[in-house]
Amino acid sequence: MSAVAQTTTAAREVPGHPATPRPIAPLARRVSVRKPLFVALCALVGAMVVGVSVGPADLSLSTVMSALVSHVPWLGHHAHVSKVQSDIVWQIRLPRVVLGGLVGAMLAGGGAAYQGVFRNPLADPYLLGVAAGAGLGATAVIVAGTQNSALLPVAAFLGAVGAVTLTYLVGATVGRRGASTSIVLAGVAVAALLTAIQTYLQQQHEPDLQGVYAWILGSFNTASWSDVVLILPYVILSAIVLVAHRRLLDVLRVGDDEADTVGVHSARIRLAVVAAATLGTAAAVSVSGLIGFVGIIVPHTVRLTTNASYRVVLPVSMVGGAAFLILADVAARTVQAPAEVPIGVVTAFVGAPFFLFVLRSRRAQRSVT
Amino acid sequence: MRSSISLERITVRFDTTTAVSDVSETVAPGEWVGLIGPNGAGKTTLLRSIARLVKHEGRVTIADEDSTHLSRRHLARLVAYVPQRPTFPPDMTVSDYVLIGRTSHIGYFSFETKGDRTVCSGLLDRLDLARLAERQLATLSGGELQRIVLARALAQEAPVLLLDEPTSELDLGRRVDALELVDGLRAEWGLTVVSALHDLTLAGQFADRLLLLAEGRIAAAGPPGDVLEEESLGHHFGTNVKVLRTGDGELVVVPQRRR
Repeated sequence: MSAVAQTTTAAREVPGHPATPRPIAPLARRVSVRKPLFVALCALVGAMVVGVSVGPADLSLSTVMSALVSHVPWLGHHAHVSKVQSDIVWQIRLPRVVLGGLVGAMLAGGGAAYQGVFRNPLADPYLLGVAAGAGLGATAVIVAGTQNSALLPVAAFLGAVGAVTLTYLVGATVGRRGASTSIVLAGVAVAALLTAIQTYLQQQHEPDLQGVYAWILGSFNTASWSDVVLILPYVILSAIVLVAHRRLLDVLRVGDDEADTVGVHSARIRLAVVAAATLGTAAAVSVSGLIGFVGIIVPHTVRLTTNASYRVVLPVSMVGGAAFLILADVAARTVQAPAEVPIGVVTAFVGAPFFLFVLRSRRAQRSVT
Repeated sequence: MRSSISLERITVRFDTTTAVSDVSETVAPGEWVGLIGPNGAGKTTLLRSIARLVKHEGRVTIADEDSTHLSRRHLARLVAYVPQRPTFPPDMTVSDYVLIGRTSHIGYFSFETKGDRTVCSGLLDRLDLARLAERQLATLSGGELQRIVLARALAQEAPVLLLDEPTSELDLGRRVDALELVDGLRAEWGLTVVSALHDLTLAGQFADRLLLLAEGRIAAAGPPGDVLEEESLGHHFGTNVKVLRTGDGELVVVPQRRR
């Protein structure tokens, strides 16, 4: 209580007293992203090493490392690895690790971005209908029985982007233009509608049920370099736009009115960030299926352990999300080896308890109200 | 750093209701204009239309520039706004919050410079908030938060300051402190201030001129002595009031109980 009393007297002294002319030091640079980013990068490297080392083919760590460098110019001359060993590492394990990393980075970064623009700690990248749209697109291709497997990610991507576009067209034009509440509500409605259509399609084509189900729960078991190449442009574009907006996401934290009056256009920032996050998330789910919880648990872990500023949360979540999903995929393919557990089951198994923990934490209670 | 506001036939409609109706007014550079009036009279909406937060008919001119033609960034360098109920991210620090006021001076994709951080620490010092710089907003009292919002608005270095009930959370002493602070800065920096104030006595003590709003229209305008008038206040606030004059010439507005 004495601190409060001091506050009172100190505040009383302000008026009337001219500011004493003395040199003022600038505010300390408080937000440091370097340390948490370094930790996350170390985790990512560790996860990648585990990811390429674990698998049904019994390769030693030194063999894996030799196989890895065997493709590196100048270093690769002295490596003693067979063609098969090299292919297992380079054509099966590494693309799977890289793809898992890209998807994890997009889901976690997209989640952090959505939480920022909607000022909702429970927002995830599926909030505006990405998952429902992708699910509908993928289901449509699966039940159509087409033999062309390249169509599946394209349909999922288009479904996801189309769903969010529909949400925005409906939500951003009612009420105050670009206000977040009506957009989120429109997202709920669009997602419900598309999920209903998807469920209907699925029920009409019972023989395909397992294929649809397997896609929805997510998996990397067919990951290849072509998947990586397919989504890489979207991932890079999305990551650049999101990271470039990290300071502006902090500005949006103080509310739309305040953000507008300090000199930004909150509705435009929201649109740019949602567009970038949607593009990245849609690309990610088109090759991985609907992996849940990554977009919520990773950004919240970063917030709880470091700093709530998006200058930290956004880049660290991306790197941390990549590491998390690579490790989740390792778990998915080892727990029941040689069978695979759907990766969505692994992330939810870890994510659901954590989600409850976040809900219970005082920080979340304060921000939700 | 001087500026003025000119409002020409401002009308704001929400669906079926008209919140502000045909308001024309000019605020001189360095002037403090107080907006008074009952709840729902349009004080907040008028302030928000000057800050371009609501769609309005008519023309708002700030420092001789039509506000609709200004970018958000340019407008933010001319007008700072303290809303009635600001949003406080609970885990944001005071210094990060005040730095957000520098947004219009920072490039879209750039970051604050040492100069921006110096402006903010100067303000924290001036508003006696320096020792709170690293505290999280959730840990502060209502009075501290109100000074912090003021610091954020002042960090914009805009010549026009719009205040919507800046003292609603404050006790009597802090209320006077906060208004004295604004008045001191107004004199020092030549700020133009437009504020909505519920406390009619304080409004009369601090504002150069009062606008009495009722049902979206200006019912009375002029120096406090002219506007704080028993019959018209009683009529618009729907209760009997007494306006007393103290020994040193200050006006005191007192409501009377309906016995």
